[in-house]
Amino acid sequence: MSKFKKKQANTKQGVPTSAMPDVVFMLLIFFMVTTVLREVELQVQIDYAVAENIEKIEQKRLVSYIYIGPERLGGGRLGETRVQIDDALVDDINAIRNIMYDKLMEQPRLIVSLRVDRDSEFGIVTDVQQELRHAGTLRINYSTRRQL
Amino acid sequence: MLNRKRKRESGDIDGSSLADIAFLLLIFFLVVTTIDVDTGIGLVLPPIPDDIEPPPVRERNLMNILVNERGMVLINEQPAAIATVRERVKEFISNRGVDPELSESPDDAIVSIKTDRRTPYNIYIDMLDEVMGAYEELRHAASMERFGVPFSSLSQGSERRAEIQEMYPKKISIAEPDEG
Repeated sequence: MSKFKKKQANTKQGVPTSAMPDVVFMLLIFFMVTTVLREVELQVQIDYAVAENIEKIEQKRLVSYIYIGPERLGGGRLGETRVQIDDALVDDINAIRNIMYDKLMEQPRLIVSLRVDRDSEFGIVTDVQQELRHAGTLRINYSTRRQL
Repeated sequence: MLNRKRKRESGDIDGSSLADIAFLLLIFFLVVTTIDVDTGIGLVLPPIPDDIEPPPVRERNLMNILVNERGMVLINEQPAAIATVRERVKEFISNRGVDPELSESPDDAIVSIKTDRRTPYNIYIDMLDEVMGAYEELRHAASMERFGVPFSSLSQGSERRAEIQEMYPKKISIAEPDEG
């Protein structure tokens, strides 16, 4: 009938999905690499302090964390400022020296990252620092967030 | 005869569920991922002194910063505002013997920060941040002057970076606070 036949594109419609597993795998691998599984259950509340001139810790394997902040009690209440290393709260400040010394023996290039709540008093941080000096773990890092 | 003619099944494994498995894993990792804050202010503590007396420091080479529990600052016994600390520290470090009150050279300059036991941690961090900022600005200026590139662009562990770091070594002393 019509003289002008509509030209139809020869290409197939529909997006090829055969590459989807590859894309998904790439995403998967990205997340697997970047994931740090939460190793510890935090028993203290920590709001990080904010600073401008900060550096990144490149070698995560070297890092060991000390958490200082008000203890989390049930029902969202907060207690006294406590020190937590790994999974346990430290009752005796003087025990830190031995704990950290053992860690230093395992990893001679240890960096201790102090994660301190912004409102805690500096006195307890000093006590911990003294213990670190006794243990010989001298490289420390005050965890802070970048200023927004 | 024996019924040997069995129909062979095809040896291929069906690959269509691969994507589903990958998705499941992906979702798992998405959920458990915590992109952690691993940034902070690095510092090296001094070792516990043995019986050896620390070497004497001339008074002009030492800048004393005192912070009390309300965030009030004393620099060399003079009250100062926290916002002016950075400039003061920069002046002090880069004096190079000009002003007889300030340091002899960046190598000799020591900044000492002392706080109360009751000083909130974030005030201390602010203070430390200002001092670190002063060093960072001086290093940046030195790097621009010498190499024409910002200090932050010099790669970790490179010779140029080490050179600048040597020009302005961070000598920060965290004094033990008074009982209070």
